[in-house]
Amino acid sequence: MRGGGSPVLETPLWWPAVLPVALGGFACGAVAFDSVLSARAGGTSSGRELLTPLRETVRSLVTQRRGTRAADTVLWRVGVAAVPVAALLAALVLPLGKYVVADPDVGIVWFNAAEILGWAAVWAAGWGANSVFSLVGGYRFVAQGLCYELPHMFALIAVATAAGTLRVGEVVEAQRNVWFVAWMPVAFVVYLISAAAMAFRAPFGAPVGTDLAGGAATELSGVDRLLFLAGRWLLFVVALAFSVPLFLGGGQGPLLPPWLWSVVKTAGVVTCVVWLSRRFPTVRVDRFAEFSWTVLLPASLLQVLVVSVMVLIR
Amino acid sequence: MQTVLAWGFGVLAVVCALLVFRLDSMARVTFALLASFLFVAFEVLLLGLNYLGVVLVLMTVMEMVIMAVFMVMYMMNPAGLVPMAMYHNRAGAMAVSVGTFCLLAAGTLLVDWPERVGRPVSDPTAELGAELMSSQMPTMMTLGMVLFAAILATVTLSMPRGRYDRFGGSPRGRPTDPVPGGLGPTTVSPGERR
Repeated sequence: MRGGGSPVLETPLWWPAVLPVALGGFACGAVAFDSVLSARAGGTSSGRELLTPLRETVRSLVTQRRGTRAADTVLWRVGVAAVPVAALLAALVLPLGKYVVADPDVGIVWFNAAEILGWAAVWAAGWGANSVFSLVGGYRFVAQGLCYELPHMFALIAVATAAGTLRVGEVVEAQRNVWFVAWMPVAFVVYLISAAAMAFRAPFGAPVGTDLAGGAATELSGVDRLLFLAGRWLLFVVALAFSVPLFLGGGQGPLLPPWLWSVVKTAGVVTCVVWLSRRFPTVRVDRFAEFSWTVLLPASLLQVLVVSVMVLIR
Repeated sequence: MQTVLAWGFGVLAVVCALLVFRLDSMARVTFALLASFLFVAFEVLLLGLNYLGVVLVLMTVMEMVIMAVFMVMYMMNPAGLVPMAMYHNRAGAMAVSVGTFCLLAAGTLLVDWPERVGRPVSDPTAELGAELMSSQMPTMMTLGMVLFAAILATVTLSMPRGRYDRFGGSPRGRPTDPVPGGLGPTTVSPGERR
């Protein structure tokens, strides 16, 4: 792909190896924090919840893989594997401080295109198992996608309009004086909501809801289950981490080095969203559809209008 | 390297397109078509049209997932559990499709391509857009708005239950919906209306 060079970001040779490890660390931290909150809410907190990511990983790896009758194995496996792949593809344009794997001139669109692979992934994973609950879960995710995707895209468009570019490095640079979160708080909130919905995390967990005995993940076991659920956390972390270069000034900040600022900001956003998402009950997809099309979409359109006018008069 | 990739993506796109007619489950057929489109998008990326290529990936994934939902809903044998074929009127369809393919392929080989003059521009996507639409830009903008208005009008007209069915006279409070979200039967008995 041409136009891979970036004026502000750099790609050390070791970075593509470090990035997945860093993302895995964030995902493990988020899982541990979530299970600590869960245990404290249930009054059974003992400190062992911190090991949840490790324990669940080992447990999934030693569990024997179950199958179902007449499963569409090809679509099933491809769908399951595509969840972490989508997260990693989206992470290619995610800068951490000054480091990024690639900073193409269409970085924001690339991120959007990679994360949307999740639609195909979850639907195929739900379909492939040839099981009712799993199938309903897959369909629920497509319906949910139709709710969050348009407000999400308008939030991205607001950022691109304000920065006048689709290159993530230049978006960060455009926030040298004022972070975009101050310009466009509505787009920021819409972005965080759509990030949780994109990773079908609480309160948008209906596609893998307990009312469906696990939804799209019902029939997954062993390494498939690990890939699917870990991929979902990865997608969650990557989507939230991308809000830092988009709205929170990337690695900018006093004293600390840029990469550390990115880590601190990302950890802050992930912690807040994991904590906040436990404050809400699971949102039914039909209600989310109504809320999204009558509240989120007009709000994000107005936000784009405000940003465009501000860009014109600036 | 570029040539090898271009040939690889091209062959894979054609193979996936052929799979659309060989597979017998609607879900697999749709995803084979998606794969074919994705390889075409990779070809566009190879041409240096980054924006168009990535947008192609984005749009085709979205539309093919929605397509899968509709194909499974409307077509016979969605899961491929009983034998079926994607083609009808086999001889005629084959003649038309292979003939069209050969015609288009022959066109690319026989046309008198111009020699390159000068160097490629820095932003080929913008250049392509200007080349395609420069004199027609107001027309295209108006066309976009008209299309959008047509979509809104179609959805509004096809809504089984409109605002007056749901809310009665004034749009305040919770609507009376037999099914939450405004779907459900078209008519509601007068007693249920506010």
